[in-house]
Amino acid sequence: MRLRLSMSQKEALAFYLLVSPWVVGFLVFQIGPMLASLGFSFAKYDIVRPPVWIGLNNYEEMFFGDPLFWQALKVTGTYTFLAVPLGIVFSLFLAVMLNQRIPALSIFRTIFYLPSVISGVAVSLLWLWMLNPTFGLINYLLRVLFGIQGPKWLLSGPWVIPSFVLMSMWSVGGSLVIYLAALQSVPTELYEAASLDGATAWRRFWHVTLPMISPVILFTFITGIIGSLQTFTQAYVMSDRGRGGPHYASLFYGLYLFQNAFRYFRMGYASALAWVLFLIILLLTSLTFKLSSERVFYAGGR
Amino acid sequence: MQEGGSVNKPLYSTRGWLFFRSRRGAEALTRVGATAIILVCAVIILIPAAWMLSTSLKTLQEVLTFPPKWIPDSWMWSNYPEALTFLPFDIYFRNTALITFAVLIGDLLTNSLVAYAFARLRAPGREILFTLVLSTMMVPYQVLMTPQYVLFHRLGWVDTFRPLVIPAWFGSAFLIFLLRQFYRGIPSELDDAARIDGCGFISTWWRIMVPLSLPALASAAIFSFTYNWNDFTAPLIYLSSPGKMTLAVGLAYFRHRYGATPWHLLMAASVVAVLPCVVLYFTAQKYFIQGVVVTGVKG
Repeated sequence: MRLRLSMSQKEALAFYLLVSPWVVGFLVFQIGPMLASLGFSFAKYDIVRPPVWIGLNNYEEMFFGDPLFWQALKVTGTYTFLAVPLGIVFSLFLAVMLNQRIPALSIFRTIFYLPSVISGVAVSLLWLWMLNPTFGLINYLLRVLFGIQGPKWLLSGPWVIPSFVLMSMWSVGGSLVIYLAALQSVPTELYEAASLDGATAWRRFWHVTLPMISPVILFTFITGIIGSLQTFTQAYVMSDRGRGGPHYASLFYGLYLFQNAFRYFRMGYASALAWVLFLIILLLTSLTFKLSSERVFYAGGR
Repeated sequence: MQEGGSVNKPLYSTRGWLFFRSRRGAEALTRVGATAIILVCAVIILIPAAWMLSTSLKTLQEVLTFPPKWIPDSWMWSNYPEALTFLPFDIYFRNTALITFAVLIGDLLTNSLVAYAFARLRAPGREILFTLVLSTMMVPYQVLMTPQYVLFHRLGWVDTFRPLVIPAWFGSAFLIFLLRQFYRGIPSELDDAARIDGCGFISTWWRIMVPLSLPALASAAIFSFTYNWNDFTAPLIYLSSPGKMTLAVGLAYFRHRYGATPWHLLMAASVVAVLPCVVLYFTAQKYFIQGVVVTGVKG
């Protein structure tokens, strides 16, 4: 029997066929592992021996018996709390400056985005060297320009997080490019109307620019939070052999999770840590959407 | 309407001041100020890169002197061969290139087909499925890292390139999103016409969508390339034998293999490691910027 398909049925069939690689990958490499990980999180599992069900023990240990979990949470939280808003303010500031019809705009944009292209280990090594307390460039510049004796940065507990924040400021180019494009798409009539009404530059920025680009700020805010909660490479490279030192001051959550999974082979505990991180991300994202729904302006309703 | 309405205001002694009171003058003043600020910031951004290059051409003795010198006394080009032979960086380079290109081909092929389907073909459940694609971007790698390792361990794929390459051939949410946004901007009359002429879905994709979306494919290729070239976590987890390491892992390893940290050699090796991405950036920066804009603004 020959199957006769209508045009729209053929189209639907082609659709399912074409997206099938993604669906298979989603099931095999994402949903499958996620469910497995949820299962592991209730087990003691070292990969070699089969997992042993231990109920909520992993979560209990995490919340009530593991000060390093709280330390990792504190380190990652402080970093995110500082790096994300500072990054947004800094890159938005640069984007607004670039949008003043300044000469050689594309050359400047090229320079600002450059650090984002070389992210990863090389950048971490470079900053490790820049922040060297004795011979590094940062402390040299602090002394020459301001006459300040710089701190020991990555070697001194309280300065570790600021070191990472400073380094993250170098890579604001990604959001800068996004903001610049958003600024350029704000209709000029709006500014003209505001000027005619006697609005100062600051009021124009506050009442026209910010509302018009607020969806983009929201986007970079959320992706920024998701990204910085997962900080790993910098933490691994910049703390001696991924130990998270000194005194766990650079024990980022991602690093602690990695140590549990691949140093101590505590796959169950690492899975529980991962699920807590996932829940934190979901919570923060939905909270952001909720809090911002009245402040973010979508042109044309959307 | 008079320019800025400044004519009725009291006149100040100098014409220059009057100019800056006018709207055009104020704009010019802002532009000068903004240019100055941007210039300073651009220099600040470039300083670490210059420092990296400068360090890579010094002797260790010169590196460890205070105050530091920007221009080395003698240019130590020999740092480069020394750094690159201290560890087998040629093998790391080859491995990294192999993985990056194997992922790149899969990324382009799968994601453009999937994105085409999402942008053009109508089917029940399409929007729900697309929401699902987008929502996977929120899942942190850390959640998948442990169970994926268990899976690949069972399959006997640990310490091969397979865990790094094969998943990429099943699509990535970010690139699907990027390409779909672009495909939706291509007038649908074009592929309708091809369909009426009797082209199948695949040949419509190949003959219409692919040629018209070369800029978007270039953006996707660049993201794929730089991401995988710089990726550290996955190679660190999966590759253990020395002959299989990638540049990123090799660099991190380098730091601890030498007695005192050999900053001059580390910076030389780092320069070489980032060079392909930097060259790619300068030759194709239009597509870098476009890709960032498409995914960030039109989301």
